[in-house]
Amino acid sequence: MSAVTIIYACLFYAATAMLVVGLAAKIAGYARTPAPLTVPTTPAPRTRAGVALRMAREVALFESLFRANKWTWLFGWLFHAALALVLFRHLRYFTEPVWAAVALAQPAGVYAGFAMLAGLAGLWARRFLVERIRYISTWSDHLMLALLVLIALSGLMMKYVSHTDVVAVKAFMLGLMRFDWQPLPADGPLLVHLFLAAALMALFPASKLLHAPGVFFSPTRNQADDSRERRRLAPWAAELEKK
Amino acid sequence: MGAPEFQTPPLKEYPVIPILAKDAMAGSRPYVASEKMNEAIGFPGKLVEGWQARAIAKMGELLGKYRSLKVFLDACVHCGACTDKCQYFLGTGDPKNMPVARQELVRKVYRRYFTFAGKYFPRLVGAEDLTEAVLEDWYRYFNQCSECRRCSVYCPYGIDTAEITMAAKEIMDSVGVGQKYTNEIIGKVHRLGNNLGLPGPALADTLETLEEEIKEDTGADVRLPVNEAGAEVLVITPSADFFAEPHVFSLIGYAKVFHAAGIRWTLSSHASEAGNFGLFIGSYEQMRKIALRIREAALELGVRRIVVGECGHAWRVAYSFWNTLIGPFDFLDPRYPAPQHICELTDDLIRRGAIRLDKEANDARVVTFHDSCNVARGAGMGGIARGQFIIPRRIIQAACNHFHDMAPETIHEATFCCGGGGGLLTDELTELRVKGALPRMEALKAVVDEHGVNFMATICAICKAQFSKVLPYYRFDMSMIGGVHQLVGDAIRLGRND
Ligand code: HEM
Ligand code: SF4
Ligand code: SF4
Ligand code: SF4
Repeated sequence: MSAVTIIYACLFYAATAMLVVGLAAKIAGYARTPAPLTVPTTPAPRTRAGVALRMAREVALFESLFRANKWTWLFGWLFHAALALVLFRHLRYFTEPVWAAVALAQPAGVYAGFAMLAGLAGLWARRFLVERIRYISTWSDHLMLALLVLIALSGLMMKYVSHTDVVAVKAFMLGLMRFDWQPLPADGPLLVHLFLAAALMALFPASKLLHAPGVFFSPTRNQADDSRERRRLAPWAAELEKK
Repeated sequence: MGAPEFQTPPLKEYPVIPILAKDAMAGSRPYVASEKMNEAIGFPGKLVEGWQARAIAKMGELLGKYRSLKVFLDACVHCGACTDKCQYFLGTGDPKNMPVARQELVRKVYRRYFTFAGKYFPRLVGAEDLTEAVLEDWYRYFNQCSECRRCSVYCPYGIDTAEITMAAKEIMDSVGVGQKYTNEIIGKVHRLGNNLGLPGPALADTLETLEEEIKEDTGADVRLPVNEAGAEVLVITPSADFFAEPHVFSLIGYAKVFHAAGIRWTLSSHASEAGNFGLFIGSYEQMRKIALRIREAALELGVRRIVVGECGHAWRVAYSFWNTLIGPFDFLDPRYPAPQHICELTDDLIRRGAIRLDKEANDARVVTFHDSCNVARGAGMGGIARGQFIIPRRIIQAACNHFHDMAPETIHEATFCCGGGGGLLTDELTELRVKGALPRMEALKAVVDEHGVNFMATICAICKAQFSKVLPYYRFDMSMIGGVHQLVGDAIRLGRND
């Protein structure tokens, strides 16, 4: 077993652990914290079903962002839709036999890589060109975009420039999952791609990527306009009533 | 007085997103509350020793109490969608008035003390210590947010800067940095039952005078009762309605509606205030304590319904929070189990034909409607989706012949704040208030030019006071602003209903 294989195997275990444990802790924190008042933003649905529909529109279509800014919406949505497709396509490295739907998505998945880059480029350009967004951008905003761009670029490199033995990569991934390690090909682009992907996973719970779970816990979006029928008395607020 | 000289911005034909004017509003700062004012409502009198540690501890406490704060401080991706949505940014160009930049004032401190990245890589994520300079920035810029929630409509995660502003104000109050206007008023409402500090006997006198005036005007014996046990309806209205113009015309309007419909109603001197400034300073406890007076009054007078007058933030508190704060309202008439808005009551009476309006009485008026942000984005009405937009307009259109809405991107949930909400309605903030009103003034000018609009109706006491003050800066007549029930009061038939 080569040193590269051992290092990357450990790297992926560590990154996965950080992602899962970190995210679980964050989500548990959100779930445990009470929302003591009814604060949905108009137009608020009046029922739970309405809330589910609103959330679905926000997550799948970025409805509010569309109202706010068409360019950001275009680039942002393009990036995320492509990312979703790319991630879905990657399932082929983790499943045996490959699910039919994943196999079906393979051809489109290739274009998704380019679409993702285009979206990221647009989002990044805004950080330089639009004065207001330049003002609010931090180093970490740029680094996060750089990370994603590099992941996409190294991925596309393997497809179009220097091919990697994907059968071996799949064996490595399945080996990780079955605790039966298999050798990892030591190709430059692959090692870069995998290292950055692991870094992204590890960073996830400590970065603004928390917007992904956050949107589901946002009280302005996940509450129904039901204040007249429902008291939301938080435990700490109930204490006040005893006084 | 106090306010520095400034230039009223010109009204442009098409709204333009300003280029950044750094520190343009760094000089805008409301008076701080005196020791006495802070202590009267349970806050430390002045900046406490070890304030920094106490502020951080308070932030930790709030993070455990409010999911909104916890999620909002983590979730922002700096996408910038909210940057051009705040009237204070649009009016002043100060980048710290962009909602995300305002949030960042708290978020950078949160990052520093509560997150891994901020503890170890502060520069990378823009984390900062809570220094005196940061506290000063908080005091300035969280007093340039009217908690109007416009930014929240556009944020992809619904991040509501108002929640962050409230948290910042709560933290500041907890270390002795209170704002004079809000904290002084909260003291008054605890002491005397209303924000104006008007004692019971004076209230009774004022109401009597109003009755006489109505009698002279109309010949009808329209009553404005106070503390009448056994009345069916308790009306809770902003205390400005008792005194200020144009507010008082709406109070007369409510009285005429009850008179014409034959409903027995009363005001209460114990709860002679709908406004609840506990909301503005983000204090659940203060908000609850202020609201409790209303429950007490309702129980004591034995009323079967509670109706709230024209007040934006009061309606947010009443509609969205009362049930949680001071409910349940199981003592009310099961047909009206929740406190109602005066517009819900009037609309219902009009539709049932229980009151009649003569639209011609308002023929000299060409009317538009300013959706008050707290009603538009923080409450509902009528138990129907978008009821808070439909019902007031339905009443206006029943009361007058000429009505024109302002541009769609400036009304309904996209409405701009008047510029004076959230505890900013104080003279030393005049520059901020005038500039913050710019987007509304531009939208108003468009309908004035196009349709000859000469009356802007609204259902908020603060909106009315704010517009009375800022309209002249933009060369509009200050009497253009008025209440929805002012229109109703002028059009209603007081005699027999046939
Ligand atoms: C529930 C799933 C998700 C939703 C609803 C969502 C939604 C959004 C929205 C609305 C934006 C703002 C517009 C934009 O800048 O693109 C955004 C930004 C961003 N998202 Fe997501 N996202 C999700 C998951 C993810 C995941 C899994 C990643 C990465 C692994 C990600 C990475 C990013 C990044 C890096 C930005 C900032 C782009 C910039 O700097 O301009 N998102 N997201
Ligand atoms: S709540 Fe209103 S005033 Fe405050 S930042 Fe948002 S848009 Fe501006
Ligand atoms: S719209 Fe929301 S996520 Fe985007 S910058 Fe503003 S607060 Fe942050
Ligand atoms: S005064 Fe009116 S517009 Fe201004 S904050 Fe209050 S409700 Fe909103």
